[in-house]
Amino acid sequence: MKAKTADRIATAVIVCVAGLIILVLAALLGYLLVRGLGHISWHFLTSAPQAIKAGGGIGPQLFNSLFLLVLTMIITIPLGIGAGIYMSEYAKDNKLTAFIRLVVEVLSSFPSIVIGLFGLLVIVNTFGFGYSLLSGALALTVFNLPMMVRLTEQSLRSVPKEQKEAGLALGLSRWKTITSVMMPVALPSIVTGSILASGRVFGEAAALLFTAGMSSPRLDFSDWNPLSPTSPLNPMRPAETLAVHIWKINSEGLAPDAPEIAAGASAVLVIMVLLFNLGARWFGRVLYRKLTASK
Amino acid sequence: MNLPATKSQNGSPNKPKKWRKHILEEARGKVFVYFCVFLLVVTIFSIVYFIASRGLAPFISQGVSLKDMLFGLKWKPEGEPPLFGALPFLFGSFTTSVLAALIAAPLGFCASVFMTEIMPKFGRTVLQPAIELLAGIPSVVYGFVGLSVVVPFLRDTFPGQGIGILAGAIVLSIMILPTVTTIGTDALRSLPNGLKEGSYALGATRWQTIYRMILPTTLPSLLTGIVLGIARAFGEALAVQMVIGNAPHIPHSLFESATTLTSIITLEMGNTTSGSLHNNALWSLALILLLMTFLFVFIVRMLERRVKR
Amino acid sequence: MKFKKTLLTSLTLVFALSLAACGNNNNNSSNSGSSPSGSAPAAEAVSGSVLAVGSSALQPLAQGVADTFMTLDAYKKVSVTIQAGGSGTGLSQVSDGQADIGNSDIFAEEKLDADKAAELVDHKVAVVAMAAVANKDAGVDNLTKQQLVDIFTGKVTNWKDVGGADEKITIVNRPSSSGTRATFEKFALGTKTEDLQGSIQEDSSGTVKKLVAETPGAIGYLALSYLDDSIVALKYEGVEPTADNVTTNAYPVWAYEHMYTKGDAKPASQAYIDYILSDEVQNGEVVTQGFVPVSAMKVERDAAGTVTQK
Repeated sequence: MKAKTADRIATAVIVCVAGLIILVLAALLGYLLVRGLGHISWHFLTSAPQAIKAGGGIGPQLFNSLFLLVLTMIITIPLGIGAGIYMSEYAKDNKLTAFIRLVVEVLSSFPSIVIGLFGLLVIVNTFGFGYSLLSGALALTVFNLPMMVRLTEQSLRSVPKEQKEAGLALGLSRWKTITSVMMPVALPSIVTGSILASGRVFGEAAALLFTAGMSSPRLDFSDWNPLSPTSPLNPMRPAETLAVHIWKINSEGLAPDAPEIAAGASAVLVIMVLLFNLGARWFGRVLYRKLTASK
Repeated sequence: MNLPATKSQNGSPNKPKKWRKHILEEARGKVFVYFCVFLLVVTIFSIVYFIASRGLAPFISQGVSLKDMLFGLKWKPEGEPPLFGALPFLFGSFTTSVLAALIAAPLGFCASVFMTEIMPKFGRTVLQPAIELLAGIPSVVYGFVGLSVVVPFLRDTFPGQGIGILAGAIVLSIMILPTVTTIGTDALRSLPNGLKEGSYALGATRWQTIYRMILPTTLPSLLTGIVLGIARAFGEALAVQMVIGNAPHIPHSLFESATTLTSIITLEMGNTTSGSLHNNALWSLALILLLMTFLFVFIVRMLERRVKR
Repeated sequence: MKFKKTLLTSLTLVFALSLAACGNNNNNSSNSGSSPSGSAPAAEAVSGSVLAVGSSALQPLAQGVADTFMTLDAYKKVSVTIQAGGSGTGLSQVSDGQADIGNSDIFAEEKLDADKAAELVDHKVAVVAMAAVANKDAGVDNLTKQQLVDIFTGKVTNWKDVGGADEKITIVNRPSSSGTRATFEKFALGTKTEDLQGSIQEDSSGTVKKLVAETPGAIGYLALSYLDDSIVALKYEGVEPTADNVTTNAYPVWAYEHMYTKGDAKPASQAYIDYILSDEVQNGEVVTQGFVPVSAMKVERDAAGTVTQK
């Protein structure tokens, strides 16, 4: 009997804790959304921020966040997949491989502020890229690369051995087998994983304060020449992302509606992350069905 | 690499050409992947090198002793003479992250058990996505919520100003909950079913099975999750800085202003000029953070080795 | 195959973009370098990019002015970028030549080595005044210099000892490296203070304001532009912290906002600084953002703190 009571109490406690976690999350989301949703409008999402007047928006910041994400992914994906292919297909089981594995592990657990400082010292100052989107993207690459490498490695390893052997038996080179036989099978989980990983790009602020900068010069959205300094596509311009903008208006905001803007921007960020999570799952499923022709 | 051999046996006229194409393809692929790996290694070495080059300067050329920094209690970089005692920051970083782990670990364990043993379906469809969402919320937002909700709550409930180590630990515990839970859940799911069924067959209740069998077997993995959580908490900067108060002293209570390594770096880095002793001392703190990362990775490796055995 | 192509294309794209971008940067600097620097301010000749880095207190003003500056016909070709990051960063970046303008809350002599500071040219663009602020519960609206010193050195720990309510004092300070704190200590306290056990250090005005407004018995200091009803601005020795009192130095807790250039400013930077110093901006944007115009000051103060009548 005693064991049964203990079991019941323990189950109740566990269920309660799980409930508590859901409650905390719901409260957190509710708090952010209730405070922020009221402030979100088309105008808010598209117009430029105001320094001291009310009614500023987050248009450039939103664009910067997205563009920075794209830039980061353009740099990260090929490099990450390359290193991932090495880890799963080319690496021999020796000291060197163990060392590289350690490198990936350490790299993924570096504090973001350390990466930010490194970016400031090396990318911004030594390379002379200045406070720019490119500097920010390179700093974020340092975070995303190890995730990408692990993801690719795991996805490639989960490809059935028979498929790989079939490719080799057809007389394909190893590289060809990897890229045209194994890659399509592994792609859905790589895509899902990298979309989830990109959520971090959205939320990162500490590293970007020092690299992509805290200011957004005027953008001319009719100018799509990446070489022009006011073009939104110019990767060498400083760019304040949404997360950095929230940090900035919380700390130095002078606009009378700064708290509302911060709340609205936080809500937008959370919604974006939510969309990314849901989108990644959905996209992964669709892609899997397409590429493997299975149900 | 026995492909070429099989090729030449087939011996059709255009084979050598194709063969060369294969080798070329293979070579190009190899060059690409080796380049990627090389880049990874270069990145990590340059990070360590550049941060060390700044962070070691105070000890090598500017006359600060390592002992004073690690065990000194006074941080007075603008004083006469300047003092660089970083012990209060080390203390703050360790207490906040360990405390955060102490809060998050039982919560995470309960959530993992709930998702694997009690209500797997509900756990997989609701709780797990919910917890993953927690991981996606930016740290700035956590800090903002911490300052607007957690700090006033603590101020009204406990003596003190609300800010301090406990406020930091609460905010961090929610931030590391996904790490702890995800790794815990993976460990519980990977348990062979036979083990559990055997325990139930012997007449053990669910709690007895969890407590006597599941917990001991998965302990190393659970600890891995906790260490990774501590590592993340240790390196978190902006959220903590907003709620911890940033007084460079070892606090007398959990409700008194304290500082972490990361918060002092974010606070002072911009106000100092590069190359000055004060600035370099901040780089030393960053170097300490870096070394802590190595330590955490080392601990995780030790734990993982135990899992494999 | 398709996959590899994507790889190659994306890689090439990255390199192309970065190359193009670097090239673009070079263009900018050569443009500005070749524009006639000695000649009269022939408006059309001014082009190029200006990067101003530094003080986060000055950043909103600099940004606001830059936005209007770049819409003016004469300066359409100038691109001004303002970057916050702290006075220290600003001074080191302009000194190392990475930025064109270094924004600073304090004199360069106070942060940089003497020989490096000597290379920099100071442009005082505005005056920022600071007021001690307290939580509404404190029950005090005036503090003398001595009382402030006692509070910030920890001699007085309860508001009732300075004529207020029976409430413990919580200090909301700035980090010891902050320019705002340096100004406050120099002109309000007249002495350097230590970080006390239990005091709060925050670098950002927004957080300081929030904490002072919400924590019972809190005291801190803010630039005039951040003052509002949620906190009580304290008089200093009976003098109210207003722009008028600052111009005569009757209220002494103020400092210049500096824009430093290395040597003489290049034409684009000079045009921008001239525009900030124009009456239109000094009496417009500068005032609306809560700064005191430099032109309105009836006194002058040097790096050592000596005040002279103008």
